[in-house]
Amino acid sequence: MKDVFYGDIEKSPRIPRLVEHLYAKMPVIEADRALIVTESYKETECEPVIIRRAKAFEKICKELPIIIRPEELIVGSNSIAPRGCQVFPEYSFSWLEDEFDTVETRSADPFYISEETKKALHEAYKYWGGKTTSDLATSYMAPEALTAIEHNMFTTGNYFYNGIGHFCVDYEKVLRLGYEGIRKEAEEELEKCQVSDADYAKRYHFLESVIISCNAAITYAGRYAVLALEEAEKCSDITRKKELLEIARICAKVPAKPAQSFYEACQSFWFIQMLLQTESSGHSISPGRFDQYMYPYYEKDMREGNITREFAQELIDCIWVKLNDLNKVRDAASAEGFAGYSLFQNLIVGGQNEAGVDVTNDLSCMCIEASMHVMLPAPSLSIRVWNKTPDALMIKAAALTRTGIGLPAYYNDEVIIPSMLSMGVTLEDARNYCIIGCVEPQAPGKTDGWHDAAFFNMCRPLELVFSNGMDKGVQVGLKTGRIEDMTTFDEVYDAYKAQMEYFIKLLVNSDNAIDMAHRERCPLPFQSAMVADCIKAGKAMQEGGAHYNFTGPQGFGIANMTDALYAIKLLVFEQKKYTLSDFKKAMDNNFGKGLTLDKVTQLTSEVAKNLVAAGKQVGENEITQIFETVKNTSVSAEEANFYDSMLKDIASLPKYGNDDDDIDMFAKDVAYTYTKPLLKYTNPRGGRFQAGLYPVSANVPLGAQTGATPDGRLAGTPIADGIGPAAGRDIDGPTATLNSVAKIDHGIASNGTLLNQKFHPSALSGIEGLQKFAAMIRAYFDQKGMHVQFNVVSRETLLDAQAHPENYKGLVVRVAGYSALFTTLSKSLQDDIINRTTQAF
Amino acid sequence: MIVDQDYLNTKGRIFDIQKYSIHDGPGIRTIVFLKGCAFRCRWCCNPESQSYEIQTMVTAGKEKVVGQDVTVAEVMEEVRKDAIHYRRSGGGLTLSGGESLLQMDFASDLLLAAHMEGYNTALESTAFADFNKIRDKILPHLDLFLLDIKHMNSAKHKLFVGQPNERVLENARKITDSGQKVIVRVPVIPTFNATPEEILEIAVFARSLKGVEQIHLLPYHRLGADKYNGLDREYYLEGIEPPENELMQDLAEVAKSTGLHVQIGG
Repeated sequence: MKDVFYGDIEKSPRIPRLVEHLYAKMPVIEADRALIVTESYKETECEPVIIRRAKAFEKICKELPIIIRPEELIVGSNSIAPRGCQVFPEYSFSWLEDEFDTVETRSADPFYISEETKKALHEAYKYWGGKTTSDLATSYMAPEALTAIEHNMFTTGNYFYNGIGHFCVDYEKVLRLGYEGIRKEAEEELEKCQVSDADYAKRYHFLESVIISCNAAITYAGRYAVLALEEAEKCSDITRKKELLEIARICAKVPAKPAQSFYEACQSFWFIQMLLQTESSGHSISPGRFDQYMYPYYEKDMREGNITREFAQELIDCIWVKLNDLNKVRDAASAEGFAGYSLFQNLIVGGQNEAGVDVTNDLSCMCIEASMHVMLPAPSLSIRVWNKTPDALMIKAAALTRTGIGLPAYYNDEVIIPSMLSMGVTLEDARNYCIIGCVEPQAPGKTDGWHDAAFFNMCRPLELVFSNGMDKGVQVGLKTGRIEDMTTFDEVYDAYKAQMEYFIKLLVNSDNAIDMAHRERCPLPFQSAMVADCIKAGKAMQEGGAHYNFTGPQGFGIANMTDALYAIKLLVFEQKKYTLSDFKKAMDNNFGKGLTLDKVTQLTSEVAKNLVAAGKQVGENEITQIFETVKNTSVSAEEANFYDSMLKDIASLPKYGNDDDDIDMFAKDVAYTYTKPLLKYTNPRGGRFQAGLYPVSANVPLGAQTGATPDGRLAGTPIADGIGPAAGRDIDGPTATLNSVAKIDHGIASNGTLLNQKFHPSALSGIEGLQKFAAMIRAYFDQKGMHVQFNVVSRETLLDAQAHPENYKGLVVRVAGYSALFTTLSKSLQDDIINRTTQAF
Repeated sequence: MIVDQDYLNTKGRIFDIQKYSIHDGPGIRTIVFLKGCAFRCRWCCNPESQSYEIQTMVTAGKEKVVGQDVTVAEVMEEVRKDAIHYRRSGGGLTLSGGESLLQMDFASDLLLAAHMEGYNTALESTAFADFNKIRDKILPHLDLFLLDIKHMNSAKHKLFVGQPNERVLENARKITDSGQKVIVRVPVIPTFNATPEEILEIAVFARSLKGVEQIHLLPYHRLGADKYNGLDREYYLEGIEPPENELMQDLAEVAKSTGLHVQIGG
């Protein structure tokens, strides 16, 4: 291996200044795009929807205010304010109007919004009533699906409120041909259209819309060329003046024409990336295999001596900063589920090519270096790992992990490729996979994956098993029978599976309704121009124009459901220590630890219903009275003791995550209750459903909507993260956790699995620490784990844990052959460990 | 397996098995801690390891039984779970204690069993046992001996450890003379041996041992202090601070002057 992989390239002093400017102020919501789109829609009332979309995009490209930020080398911003965001009324708007006055002060991802912007948006919104994708989606959903959503069985909110995103366009093609080349392709297809063709109208209009969109993108870049020239004229600093003139030259050329240098390729890439996020509000628009499609430009410039490695690195660093300039405002609930202003622009390096050859290159390492230089959340940097991945790449990646930034994520070619094959992707396309958003594999440039299509809370169906399908007085689920009457574990487990199947069916209904709404109201010509086979098929991605089509909703809560069902199996049916009624009572009473507001409401409505059924009059006063009574009911000391010993007995059982075959194999089966039923279903774009197993950060807010579970998890507390063990229940170290998690069938979850691991930095100290860490990842992947990412606990985290122990109950520190729950150690020992953390590097 | 498997039935007493150990030998390792020790080091971070008796220790407010009688087969079942990690990292099994050599047959058969499955083996020990037995039972199955040498002055050794050091030093010589790969490890304990003179003395001795190239200086830490309370025992080192980073660097420099490769920490 060339030592070039180890060589750290010095960071340009420009980079920290760009970062500082970007983060100087709170992000701002801007109205311009919404106003332009509204105006455009008013002008195009009678035209085909695809043309309306293209014309709206064209108007945005012509009129959206543009800015070159101080010292930028890569230009193009879709907001004037740094990290500002535009809004997209065509998808939904009422939530934002409802949250106008709270969006600035909310805890998750706040945005500043001026009174002027509020007023302008309020005016624009008058046009959109009944016209959005979410309005149409609602009308397509089955009533029982709407009920299930209302009762928090799953949420399809992401695509209900927003664009879809979650794709990787064919960047390579745009760099190579330019938008003039793409336009030419559309024109040639247009030539072939016969007016007598059955699909002439559709096809013709779609191709027209592609041509309009390509021209729009060229126009947009041209405006930057003019702006750069103007600024150059005004600029008195000779160095900056030269930079601006070079920017002007490049923007006048790309992305209209093919890129011919690395700098041109970088700028062309950036226009593609930022304009995609101006066309629709979808997130997870992922750059994919950046180190591959950019490499020919880098290699040529290096070979011909046109560029230094330092300048190439600076350009990559600039792109990294720009990726953090893009932003999006979500509704308050979604903001919690996707916390961190993230657009999930996943960029992956390393791995093999279509022919199965490892293609890790110099840029792969420079991408990792760029993340070290900017230390920002975007891009979501990933690396592909297989048997031929150079150790140097692993060590470099591990060194990035050690910084505590949570990047990169590691992906296993050896699981993902066969997994994609099983879904009908060709071997060549599967080998060329990239990752979309959080963890979702996709064949880039030819897939509409609809990844992230829903969060499905696997804990809720078990709650409904205990209530015979009732929730808050409504029959939400199936009537699987009274829990008290069940006499075998299989009866309980079968009832759980039946509830799972039922809600999965409703989830599919909901996703497909939203899918239809996007097809009819928001087909997207610009992105479709860059995804095969849309131009050939004469159809937008939303109409099924992509080569591969999937819908990937994700389930989470495997660890809780495994531990819960296992507890029932052992304590009720094998040891016969407790009855199912005991469990029901314990869950209803939150193990005697106080009721959540949700539970009080539910019990109140049940009592009220019983009273009504018994012929009693129940008015507002009575309901208030019942509510207060329920709220203030406390369990007796005897009951409290009973629940405490129950919790103790549950705690003493084996738990998923400790390399215990018996329970881990059960976990594998529990995961199948979600992954297998989904495979039966298809979507309106002619593709299949495929399961993901990961919650993003939704395990926290959705845990808040979930009652106590039989694994001893209290009501309202977070559900286990990803496919990992429940917090604090893995007590046998990282290898045991990895071995356990690898027993789940990852291959069947072709929409991705997610494992978060926490590490103390001392475990990564020195080259030896990095080597062992890399070996551990490879050993996890040998066992067919799909993905893993690491939080390295920082000194700051430990200090915070010392100050707020209640938030860190499960934080295990492993130092010098002694592991312990950090919060149980004495202050002085905690100080020792905190001091060790700083010594680790 | 072709070999007589009687060794799998050998019984012994352990108090812990710890996985993903990365500081006690090459690669990713599983440490099996054997119970019972001939020494009573005042700084010992595993005081529950010292007595051979099964004990009750209070940790985090809960009573915990320390010590468990197990067969080699039972231990190997646990050790085997991380085989894939050893394979990737060149790791394996490390025996620690307590003093594993007090359970000579059990330690011997554990190392044999690990070798039979192809794992690298290491032993962390004071070598405080009959050399002939070490030579016949341990060394044939051992890849790396992590040998603790705590002090060169026998009287001070006895004061802080409970035993004089002659046997340790003599066995160190014999073990290295036999061709066994050895790394010398020194716990650096303020008030006991954390001075340049004392560390240099140990390093000079280590350098004189045949084939020894490495010495590890392990800074004192208080992470076992709470356990003394849990065992209802007095912690003699109360109030003693871990050595400063700077001091450790100085000591490392001194040790390096002998020509040894020096590492701070395991």
